[in-house]
Amino acid sequence: MLERLYRSLYRIRRLEEAFARVYPTDKIKSPIHLSIGQEAVSVGVCAALRLDDVVFGTYRGHALYLAKGGDMKAMAAELYGKATGCTRGKGGSMHLISTEVGMMGASAVVGTTIANAVGYAYALQYQGRDALVASFFGDGGSEEGVFAESLNFAALKCLPILFICENNGYAIHTSQERRQGRPDICARARAYGIPAERIEHNDVLYLFERTRTVAAKIRAGGGPHFFEVMTYRWREHVGPNNDFHLGYRTEDEATPWIEADQVTRLGAMLLPERREQIQEEVEAEVEAALVFAEESPEPEPAELYTDVL
Amino acid sequence: MPPSVIRASAKRPTRATPSERTLSYVDAIREATDQEMARDPSVLVFGLDVDDPKAIQGTTRGLLEKYGPSRVFGTPLSEDAMTGTAIGMALAGLRPIHVHIRMDFLMLAMNQLINVAAKSRYMYGGKVSIPLVVRSMIGKSWGQGAQHSQGLYSFFMHVPGLQVVAPTTPYDAKGCLIAAIRDDNPVLYVEHRILHFQNGPVPAHTYTVTPGRARITAVGQDVTLVGISQMQSECLKARLYLEEIGIQAEVIDPIWLSPLDIDTIVRSVEKTGRLLVVDNGWVCCGAAAEIIAQVAERLQGHCSFRMRRMGFAPVTCPTAPSLERLYYPDSRTIAAAARDLVEGTKTGWMPRERSELNSFIFKGPF
Ligand SMILES: Cc1ncc(C[n+]2csc(CCOP(=O)(O)OP(=O)(O)O)c2C)c(N)n1
Ligand SMILES: [Mg+2]
Repeated sequence: MLERLYRSLYRIRRLEEAFARVYPTDKIKSPIHLSIGQEAVSVGVCAALRLDDVVFGTYRGHALYLAKGGDMKAMAAELYGKATGCTRGKGGSMHLISTEVGMMGASAVVGTTIANAVGYAYALQYQGRDALVASFFGDGGSEEGVFAESLNFAALKCLPILFICENNGYAIHTSQERRQGRPDICARARAYGIPAERIEHNDVLYLFERTRTVAAKIRAGGGPHFFEVMTYRWREHVGPNNDFHLGYRTEDEATPWIEADQVTRLGAMLLPERREQIQEEVEAEVEAALVFAEESPEPEPAELYTDVL
Repeated sequence: MPPSVIRASAKRPTRATPSERTLSYVDAIREATDQEMARDPSVLVFGLDVDDPKAIQGTTRGLLEKYGPSRVFGTPLSEDAMTGTAIGMALAGLRPIHVHIRMDFLMLAMNQLINVAAKSRYMYGGKVSIPLVVRSMIGKSWGQGAQHSQGLYSFFMHVPGLQVVAPTTPYDAKGCLIAAIRDDNPVLYVEHRILHFQNGPVPAHTYTVTPGRARITAVGQDVTLVGISQMQSECLKARLYLEEIGIQAEVIDPIWLSPLDIDTIVRSVEKTGRLLVVDNGWVCCGAAAEIIAQVAERLQGHCSFRMRRMGFAPVTCPTAPSLERLYYPDSRTIAAAARDLVEGTKTGWMPRERSELNSFIFKGPF
């Protein structure tokens, strides 16, 4: 399992770093909201899910798409605006989807997919399936009205859903303290009757274990559960660069998070030769994905009018 | 496609034959829902108060008892999340019907309707579809006022990926709802509180009224009246006033506002040379504006015609009956406008009121 987690983390990290490198060439025709630093959240949860479990995410969704098993080539091609992209050049970086592996979509409008995830969970319950839904959103998303409405309904119907608030402390450049009268997101989940726990330090192993335990409870009809996972975005809100010069946060604040990097941590837990082998395989995979994206054709003009209705 | 349109109009019986039942608009909706729920276990109906004793004016009566609370349920007062929830259900293969007793409340659901329901199929490259029906009602009179009377369907006509239907007869209420439920894409189904009280022939079997086909509800050659939602009834009555002065109006019910059957309207205007579109909403940027623009684009250069839009006065809906009367077009003001169009001048004519043509007065409760 350690190897699996490491591979998953490393794939996301290296692909996003490659995107960041390529970005100045303008080959990527899409805004990129990198999850570098936050990979552990998607990886820890998804590693404990089944293929038929379903996830919904946000515009910061590269990690979630890959962690749930989405195809790397189709994702890279999507960012390059190519016909071979996972939405054939229609959705871009912010609307990744892979229905085959249960990545059911992502919204560029903050908070929006929380309700869609709840509806999917209702359907699973109605259809008598024992799969569950994991709904990912940011700390900012927890301030939208749809968050409150969705949690209430999930609790009311005792739905098979795991809410995961990726708390990276910021909505764009505004800290949580400057936005929330009571900056305790778990307390708000509990107010709706949903058991909630805060998971510190971006800890991928602990998150994996907790998700395994909680998922079993949810599958057994235990109703919704809520994780607030403390994490940290290393790069700027959108784009490939650092943004400490903007002054809304300091490098000192980032340092402990970078020192506790989960990619490095998990890598150090593996035998060096295993680690290196995984790294080599991932480097090749990332390289191949970028080549695939670059060489893929652009969508045909007729594609503009397909799939409207 | 004239034959198909004519077939659509021929399908609708003009009068009830002895073997045919008469049903109210409300019962037509209820029956359509019931029959589709019986046919397809993926059909669910929910919304505020769908399971309460009044059962949405009766449109959901008996469904809870028949299909149980997992398929028929009242919701928390959460229009935004419940719309998002409906979309999530649709993504998982269900066919939800989400009910709102007033169209005004859809304003709380706009994000999900416009940003998700309308766009998912396209922005996910055809990987998903959203078979969602959103029922909502336009209110009128007895103090409905500012926030219970709006006809906001043009907002939704504006957006690719949404279909909009506003049936005006019990026959179409049933056939359009069944079509909407079976459609793989989102449909906004617009009801009108006054139309709920209509009775008319409705076959007992299931049938669909095809998206994108208008119906000629009365044939004439002097002027084309297009009446949307409840204004369709007013147009049919206006036609009787116009008959008194020898004007034969052709009346068209677009039924589906999106996709819009502009062909049927264009052909009528080619014949009459005059087009009056009576909207059940404001005129600015509304359905009437769109219809007239499309007809003008089609006919410019080879057929000149006179045109006029009518709709709500460009103000917020007042509650005092004396003001509200002035706010809405009615059969007499429509007839007057039609005559002016035909004569090409402001005649100042207003038909003398005939009590048998008076509008149905809604006396509440909601
Ligand atoms: C409804 C809405 N309002 C505003 C925005 C602009 N916006 C984009 S991302 C963002 C911050 C969201 O913060 P958070 O939910 O914490 O997610 P993070 O970006 O930190 O992952 C905002 C305000 C938006 N996309 N949607
Ligand atoms: Mg954040």
